Amino acid sequence: MVHTKIETRNFLKGMAFLSPWLIGLTVFLAIPIGLSLYLSFCNYPLLQPPLFIGLRNYSHMIHDPVFWTALENTLAYAAMALPAGMIIALGAALLLNSKVRGLSLYRTLVFLPSLLPAVASAMVWLWLFNAKLGLLNFALRKLGVTHPPAWLSSPRWAMPALVLMSFWGIGNTVVIYLAGLQNVPRELYEAADIDGAGGWRKIRHVTLPCISPVIFFNLVMAIIGTLQNFTAPFIMTGGGPVRATYFYTMYLYDSAFKYLRMGYASAMAWVQFLLILALTALAFWSARHWVHYQGG
Amino acid sequence: MRPSTFKVKARPRRRALYWKKTLTHLALLTIGAVAIIPFLWTLSTSLKTNRAAVAYPPQWIPHPCRWKNYLDLFNTHEYHFLLWTRNSLFLAALVVTGATLSSAIVAYGFAKIRFRGRGILFAVLLATMMIPFPVLMVSLFIIFRWLGDHTGMAWLGTFKPLWVPAWFGVAFNIFLLRQFFLTIPDELSEAARIDGCSEFGIFTRVILPLSKPALSVVALFSFLGVWNDFIGPLVYLQRADQFTLALGLQSFQSQLGGTSWNMLMAASVLVMLPVLVLFFLAQRTFIEGIATTGIKG
Repeated sequence: MVHTKIETRNFLKGMAFLSPWLIGLTVFLAIPIGLSLYLSFCNYPLLQPPLFIGLRNYSHMIHDPVFWTALENTLAYAAMALPAGMIIALGAALLLNSKVRGLSLYRTLVFLPSLLPAVASAMVWLWLFNAKLGLLNFALRKLGVTHPPAWLSSPRWAMPALVLMSFWGIGNTVVIYLAGLQNVPRELYEAADIDGAGGWRKIRHVTLPCISPVIFFNLVMAIIGTLQNFTAPFIMTGGGPVRATYFYTMYLYDSAFKYLRMGYASAMAWVQFLLILALTALAFWSARHWVHYQGG
Repeated sequence: MRPSTFKVKARPRRRALYWKKTLTHLALLTIGAVAIIPFLWTLSTSLKTNRAAVAYPPQWIPHPCRWKNYLDLFNTHEYHFLLWTRNSLFLAALVVTGATLSSAIVAYGFAKIRFRGRGILFAVLLATMMIPFPVLMVSLFIIFRWLGDHTGMAWLGTFKPLWVPAWFGVAFNIFLLRQFFLTIPDELSEAARIDGCSEFGIFTRVILPLSKPALSVVALFSFLGVWNDFIGPLVYLQRADQFTLALGLQSFQSQLGGTSWNMLMAASVLVMLPVLVLFFLAQRTFIEGIATTGIKG
């Protein structure tokens, strides 16, 4: 009897402390999720009440060329920005993990751009990528490239430009890698030294397995992040030229707030969520083969 | 004999080490330069006259140095930079306070009270961290619109959709604070409980004072989140005088339409400035915060 009384009291106490979150979870998450699932089966032009149309939003998506363009662009961007970004960040972290002078300054320089507001970074790069006056093409001309790309105004180069720009903001990934590197037990390196392992082999057989959980964490965050890229293309290219940088989230935004097709936009949101979920699940599944957790 | 053999062996190794250090330095210098040049270039452009800004080849050091660009930003009547700054600061204050306080309360429940269903609820909390905002923005918009029709006060076109949810606990913050609270020994709470302290009293008088480092990490991240947010204000705000700095900067840019690069860069520096100042005041907190969340996540 006493036992259950305490249990009930603890339960009520726990609920009391959790109540703000439980209310928020209901109002700002559970209800919106339910609502968006319902609306994804509706025609809802916002000014008239939603009309149930079954799976028609989803079947419309299959025949919507803009949807496919946006999806392809987003996946192409992810395929370029994600692996390259992960590797560059890891390389930078390995360098920043060595013992040389001025390390804290370098660390600051690498980390800082990732904290800046995305809108401001977009302005910075809009100016750097400027075809005529931009610093990047000035440097390329100095290096002997007579006709440097027009970057953001070229259908061919706009997407690579956004990928290049994304590398400027990988500082937080670097810091997470760095923390992982500092947790690698020193004895393992000493043991590798005794076995006569060189620098590369130490990285391959000691460092990478030890920080594989951190790599995995960064991978999952990168999947979630790159698949919803919005701010930079919205500001820098508006999706152009000729939809070369029209991203999924931009089409979702336009569907909802420009064309007022709330039902279609909700269906798109669900497809995006399932896509992120599927890719994350894929990452988790693959993790069994390459992520090693140290005991304890 | 021994010292000389030692020397012979050590020399090539030391030379290899020297080269390794030099190469590392070179690589780090390159990375550092690539990271800082875009920013320095922005700063330089922001201090130029419009003519100097578009001069080719580009001029590195602005001459004359026009600090007045920054004053002009605040003085132009078509743009509301002063108002936008005030809006952003006001919103940031509301979000940082709410997101820190409410998350701490919830985190205490997760860390220090044992009750049925805690594990499942914590798993739900972690799962919610994976749901991206774009997925919810359409239905949230509709919910805030509905609230506007049914609560007797406007929600869309006000700051409410941007700060009210922050007062109901932010999953990431709750997770981070819970991890920190777990490291505080239970003996401290027990001692306070024996002295007749209530559960809420233990939270405010024992746990919170001991958690200043974690609370400041959470406050910092909340500030960054709200200051840097673009898509939220874009969806919910309507009138130009309600914009935040991030949204204002974008509307400024789209109205300039590729002219006045100097003013655009000055406005960009203005938006970045609070983040830079905060970073240099609390660099340690930033880096440790990111590192620990990454590791424990």
